[in-house]
Amino acid sequence: MPPTRAGRSVGSIALLVMLTAILTSCSGGGEDDVVRIYTGRHYDLETAFVQFSEETGISVEFLPGSDAELRERIAAEGEETQADIYLTVDAGNLAIATEQGIFSPIDSPVLEAAIPESLRDPDGNWFGLTVRARTLVYHPDRVSATEMPTTYTDLANPEWAGRVCLRDSSNVYTQSLVASLIAHHGEDEALRIVSGWADNAEILNNDILILESIADGLCDVGITNHYYLARLLDDDPDFPVELAWADQDGFGVHVNISGGGVTRYADDPGLAVQLLEWLATEGQSAFVNGNHEYPANPSVEPEPLIASEFGTDFLRDELPASAFGGLNAEAVRLMDEAGYR
Amino acid sequence: MTSVVVDDRPDCEGSPDPVGSSERAGRRVNLDFGDRLAVLSWPGAAWLAAVLVVAPVAFLATSILSPRGDVWRQQWETRLPGELVQTVVLLAGVSIGTLVLGVGLAWLTSAYRFPGSRLFGWLLISPLAMPSYVLGFVTLSVIGFTGPLQGWWRAQLGADAWFPDVRSMGGAIAVFSLVLYPYVYLLTRAALRDQAGAAFEAARTLGASPLEAARRVVLPQLRPAVAAGVAVVMMETLTDFATVQYFDVDTVSVGVFRIWRGTFDRDAASEIATLVLAFALAVIGLERLLRGRARFGEAAGRASGIMPRPLSGRKAMFATGLCTVVFALSFLLPTVQLVVWAIERAGSNNGTPVTGRFLDFLTNSLILATVCAVICAAVAMVVTNASRFGHRRSTSLAARLTAVGYAVPGPVVAIGVLLALVALDGGLERIGLGLPGVVATGSFLGLVYAYSVRFMAPALSAAEAGLEQVSADMTASARTLGHRPSSIMARIHFPLSRTSLATALVLVAVDSLKELPIVLLLRPFGFDTLSVWTFNLASESRFEQAALPALTIVVFALVPVAVLSLSLNARSDAAAAAERGTAPTGEGLL
Repeated sequence: MPPTRAGRSVGSIALLVMLTAILTSCSGGGEDDVVRIYTGRHYDLETAFVQFSEETGISVEFLPGSDAELRERIAAEGEETQADIYLTVDAGNLAIATEQGIFSPIDSPVLEAAIPESLRDPDGNWFGLTVRARTLVYHPDRVSATEMPTTYTDLANPEWAGRVCLRDSSNVYTQSLVASLIAHHGEDEALRIVSGWADNAEILNNDILILESIADGLCDVGITNHYYLARLLDDDPDFPVELAWADQDGFGVHVNISGGGVTRYADDPGLAVQLLEWLATEGQSAFVNGNHEYPANPSVEPEPLIASEFGTDFLRDELPASAFGGLNAEAVRLMDEAGYR
Repeated sequence: MTSVVVDDRPDCEGSPDPVGSSERAGRRVNLDFGDRLAVLSWPGAAWLAAVLVVAPVAFLATSILSPRGDVWRQQWETRLPGELVQTVVLLAGVSIGTLVLGVGLAWLTSAYRFPGSRLFGWLLISPLAMPSYVLGFVTLSVIGFTGPLQGWWRAQLGADAWFPDVRSMGGAIAVFSLVLYPYVYLLTRAALRDQAGAAFEAARTLGASPLEAARRVVLPQLRPAVAAGVAVVMMETLTDFATVQYFDVDTVSVGVFRIWRGTFDRDAASEIATLVLAFALAVIGLERLLRGRARFGEAAGRASGIMPRPLSGRKAMFATGLCTVVFALSFLLPTVQLVVWAIERAGSNNGTPVTGRFLDFLTNSLILATVCAVICAAVAMVVTNASRFGHRRSTSLAARLTAVGYAVPGPVVAIGVLLALVALDGGLERIGLGLPGVVATGSFLGLVYAYSVRFMAPALSAAEAGLEQVSADMTASARTLGHRPSSIMARIHFPLSRTSLATALVLVAVDSLKELPIVLLLRPFGFDTLSVWTFNLASESRFEQAALPALTIVVFALVPVAVLSLSLNARSDAAAAAERGTAPTGEGLL
């Protein structure tokens, strides 16, 4: 028998009820002491947040996603946003979020004491919480001490043709590095460097692949974030790739941050600030160690693997994160012009 | 729900006396009332669907009205020409690949009997469950430069031993062809069974050789289905931006994301995205062209399908071998690799910390996929019927517009829906009907809406291919006999195009299970799905740990695929039985 009219109505009512139930169960609210976070950073968040909740009784809910899309969502949601904090990787993302007016400035002596000036927004819109260095990696058997490159610029020289693996231009880490080259060397010189890279390099689309390609002989040197190598060394202590801090006689190695700020329409900015303060102090280790990152707070020790393998005593580029963050768009256009994929 | 669609078949066939019972008389009254609105309501419904789909896309496309000359010039002088060329090459390559695999395998498994032919008939659908980004990643990990195969190769023949470059256009075309051919395969098989098969048998009876019958009768009849399948394939390829990047292929979609995420310029990115749309329009035009002017409908009666001829000896071995190779490369081997990784990683302490919420992820994925599939199939049914009942030209334009979301990359749809809903919320608030909280953005409804915008096209394609098999004469006869459009839809069009509608349900459900960018952006707090879980791991380059969620997607996407293939088999059995037994009874349907 075909379903009767009444049967169909019952069916559609049931569907409606189900939908409503799902809807309301998801958009609940009103509980107290919850901090909600939209986050583009995904590394080991649960560990840190669980610990925070246990210590303070404040619960943390987080929604992982892509940086750019989450920013669009916060902007579109406006006053109705559920996000109290926007966390993201890369200074470029933080700079543009500030420009879009997503953040409200934080006035917190705790955060200002914990985070060095170069790792936070001058107006207090956002604070860096973890530090990652983007530096040279190489195969010790195939790169002799005499020819060892020491700067990012060296990899643009013709002798490295066909021996370099680099990350693609769609990647935000590459964009920030190129932005810092523009800031330091000016646009013309940066274009020359990136064109040289484009001539020399095999362009790959993730850092792990770059490291494995060096290990397997596709290329001899590359540029990656330090923690990817740490992760591979964690799995296999004999992984045959080593790290060299770039530009130690010049500006220092390019460091980027992951960090966040309190959103403009946060329900309870006080709680949000409390969480950021905790992440910048007591919670630093829980937040950075799982991903082998360096703490943004200089008084916190990095975890043992990177401390022993890579050390802590190296020159960091002091270029403010907000400065190269603002040059991101410039960097993308420059890479397009240089023919750098 | 697919099983319901299949199960109620006897009801529709077994209603020898359609008019007369009191229940039916009662329904007639309702229809008469409804019919007064019908003149307006069929095109109206189609256009409503079109507007709902187009609105979010239009929100973004308005930026093209004030074009950013500097961005276009800069892009045109740098990467855009290369991106255009690569997009065209990729689309052409994948179309040819899926056409050859899809039509070839469908014909092989429908027209011949060889060891395993029935089994392969449905096994060959399974790559539908394999997201292209998963096959892409597995391929690179296993036979890419750093994979074990090339490592072994270098160990044998020296560090500089030649090996084909896997990270290349060729590699991308191969991967897309392997995961996408089922779209062509499915629709071709459905057409062979529902319609073209009968014509083939008729031509054979009239003395045509098998080849001649295939070329002159079957191929022309397959054109609508094949064209629809290839169009779906091209759209999937066009809007992909993850797999192409694995293979270092620089398409226009990649360009859109580089500009959006890199220069933070949403307007400029949406302008470049209109190029993707232009490509999609070209694809739709091409589909119309390929489909040709011809309209084939069942003259009367139900299709009896094709009678498979047995192959023997070398030919049979070759057929079995070919099917085995395609199935192994596209589905079996990558799945085995995922299982191996999942087991390896389960033992390490770096496993995923959220395994406890596995059931949550799974339920969310399944609910979302089911709701979206039902909505898309229902809307597709109404829209395709509207073009038969309403004013043909305007309603088919509406149908084309309804499909437009498929031509827009997922994240662009997501942002469009977000902006549209926020605007709607704002509008409602102004007239005092504000939605509570953030219903507009982070809600299940918003999510379903965005999915429907994005995945209406495969449902439409399938529904249209289904309806095209019902001849206009049959519809006209029913109308002459006094039946209302809604009654014809429910009692003639629906039963006759049921296989195609089941296909529509499956295509949307599977696409929804695999979908990532939309759910990532529009989901409510706490509503995580399997694809979100995969993303969380993959975005940290923890690909091997992502094997478990990826595998789960594959397994659960396989369920609707299996239901569909079983129902297809059941139908061919029924068709064969009908052939052996009584003559097909078309009258029963009226």
